[in-house]
Amino acid sequence: MNRLPYDGVVLVAPVSVPYVRYTNETAHWWIARALREVLKIIEMAPQDLDGLSVSSFTLAPDTPVGLTQHLGISPRWLDTVPMGGASGVAAMRRAARAVQCGDVDVVACVAGDTNRIDSFRNLLSAFSRFSMDATFPYGFGGPNASFALLQDAYTHKYGATREDFGRIAVSQRANALMNPQAIMKKPLSLEQYMEGRMISDPISLFDCVMPCAGSEAFVLMHEDMAVAKGLPFARISATIERTNAFPDDPMQLRGGWAVDIDELWNMAGHGPSDIDVLQTYDDYPVICMMQFEDLGFCAKGEGPEFVRRHDLTIGGDFPHNTSGGQLSVGQAGAAGGYLGLVEAIRQVTQTAGPTQVEGAKRAVVSGFGVINYDRGLCSGAAIIEGAG
Amino acid sequence: MTTPLTRPSKKDPQKRTLVPVLPPVARSRAALGLGVMAAQGRFGLQVCKDCQAIQYPPRDACLKCLSADLVWQDVASEGTIMAETTIRVSPEPYFRERMPWRMGAVQLAAGPTVNCHLHGEVGRGDTVRMALKLDKAGQGVLIALPLKGSDLMQDDLVLRAMSSDPKHRRVLISDARSPVALALTQALLKAGAAHVFLGEPEAWLAWPERAAFEGLVNVSILPLDVTDASSVTKLAAEIGGKVDILINTASYVRPGGIMGNDTNFATKSFEVNTIGLMRLAQGFAPGMTGRAQDDTNSAVAFVNILSVRALSPDANYGAFGASQAAAHSISQSLRAEFRTSGLRMMNVYIGPIEGDAWFQPLPPPKVTPNAIARTLVSALVDGLEEATCGDIARDVYARWRADALLLEREMTGGGS
Repeated sequence: MNRLPYDGVVLVAPVSVPYVRYTNETAHWWIARALREVLKIIEMAPQDLDGLSVSSFTLAPDTPVGLTQHLGISPRWLDTVPMGGASGVAAMRRAARAVQCGDVDVVACVAGDTNRIDSFRNLLSAFSRFSMDATFPYGFGGPNASFALLQDAYTHKYGATREDFGRIAVSQRANALMNPQAIMKKPLSLEQYMEGRMISDPISLFDCVMPCAGSEAFVLMHEDMAVAKGLPFARISATIERTNAFPDDPMQLRGGWAVDIDELWNMAGHGPSDIDVLQTYDDYPVICMMQFEDLGFCAKGEGPEFVRRHDLTIGGDFPHNTSGGQLSVGQAGAAGGYLGLVEAIRQVTQTAGPTQVEGAKRAVVSGFGVINYDRGLCSGAAIIEGAG
Repeated sequence: MTTPLTRPSKKDPQKRTLVPVLPPVARSRAALGLGVMAAQGRFGLQVCKDCQAIQYPPRDACLKCLSADLVWQDVASEGTIMAETTIRVSPEPYFRERMPWRMGAVQLAAGPTVNCHLHGEVGRGDTVRMALKLDKAGQGVLIALPLKGSDLMQDDLVLRAMSSDPKHRRVLISDARSPVALALTQALLKAGAAHVFLGEPEAWLAWPERAAFEGLVNVSILPLDVTDASSVTKLAAEIGGKVDILINTASYVRPGGIMGNDTNFATKSFEVNTIGLMRLAQGFAPGMTGRAQDDTNSAVAFVNILSVRALSPDANYGAFGASQAAAHSISQSLRAEFRTSGLRMMNVYIGPIEGDAWFQPLPPPKVTPNAIARTLVSALVDGLEEATCGDIARDVYARWRADALLLEREMTGGGS
């Protein structure tokens, strides 16, 4: 069955609230800051907001329901997307259909999390039942250890080297140097990457994101509304999402994108070569490499060769994670699942400022999330296009 | 190869004794089944009764057919290591004190892929034998072991932390006069125990078997009467700081049912078998729980030898059975009290002992002291919480687990 296009609904008001390493402010505070920013851009009072989608790991004991009272808003449409690194794409595609069908006119999508001292350990301890039962008792390496196993298996199956993963981290750092909001501001060379101490072999220091606090947001609305307000906007040309793909694979060497990728390109009506900028979910370089393959930019197992042949920086032939990604901007909990999408909206609306890829029209954004036990369960991807 | 453990030097009393910290304790209800298997030294997972799919991690509904009928059963323990990592950074204090820590992903021949601890003698690509072991938190965890390990494989630090291995450890056997004491002493020394202390009640009463202990190297007989609190306190003050394993062998048996029996015998049964255990625990266990994180010779296990009649009585030994049931209950309470320290409470269930005059009229099979010693030492090495020795104990224990009410009816003569 052919899927309905996302006609008449657009993405506006990309907002990134600058991250900090540690904070005593709550998730409520971070979400409120991002929400206030987007409402200012679309010139709307909080009381007039009729749709809200929230992703956060650290709102407890509240849910987004409690958050509405906390923030004094009374939406007629409320969603919560618990898909971690896939939250941005998933929140967008749900909200887009709601706006398109008229259940709601404007949806603000917000993700934010706090990071107190020791809160990352506590967050991990209660992350999921399977990880509590079946991964944390084995050395409590957290996601570092899970991705180390994945990278170990990938490396031995496809002949990747540490330098290959290093190329991804190093080029993202180069991008981050252009982004005033990135937490990591020191240049990183491939030599420094290679000298980084081992965290959970073969994952080394510069393969890891820094947990921090922050928030990200964007807004979906009717196209004519955006035009009337004079807002730069982006259209959605295709989306996919998948949860718990390939459950019988003994190790995760491919993500859910591989199930749905043909649908993504068919819906978009063009292929990977027409893409100007790619934003992947990058909690570790190995998962970026897997996205290059599973999204169709190269064949399975050719990821290492692909990164050797391409320049992944803003000015390069394959601009990737132009803001610096989580590896250099930081990982603010569920906001990490928004980072790429928010940057992609800026890119295709030519509002990215210092990280702007010249003439970027089309972007692929992909998300990956929730290491429930031994693998990431959620995947999603979207293609968005600038209107201009 | 595993680096051999060296015999620890004397403890410096001026240095801080490390406070026991535990690996992660929290588990779902379904995952507790791993501990039930590990406590008995079995390797088993949930299997769907409707479609036979093997499940991991433990869950509440079948991952193939959604049936809620999942039963724990023994499964093939072979597997292949698909990937491995050496964790060098962890936010969890237990692992931080033990970095680096190796773990891996193993695809079981039975189907599922599991995350597990890795023994030092295995790595990526190896075919391994998986085992379920109790970790210091008392929870069942998976470890990949070599198919054929070296002679030193028990010295691996990750495996040793899940074992109560007597090697380099000091053991107190509470009653030297027990028919199993000599066999146990010999088995412990053979397994590498550094010293065996034996308690001797009523030292003024001569007993011919004493001669067999005399002249044994690294063996001391010291006064200890479990029915006398001051005797327990005195010995604990003397050697309590160096008891790494305590094995309670004190037992008092008199035949007879309930209606016609002398209550003095019953009182004495409880004094020795039940309250005696409590006195030993009060005297020695606090020190042992405090030393559960010492290095090579940390305190590891408190062992109670129980008649399997603790679970379901033989009416011909009514008062004895009652005292054993009460002792079993105390064992379980102690197990709960030990949990926060990592000290292990092990119950060894036995049938009537060959050569014990008080079981003389019972027919075979009986269990020999050597068999008890062998079972107990290998259960310590394997780090079990529950072990049975002899055909009778094994049989009664299995029937009790399957259906305790049916067992009671069978014991009173039905079922032929």
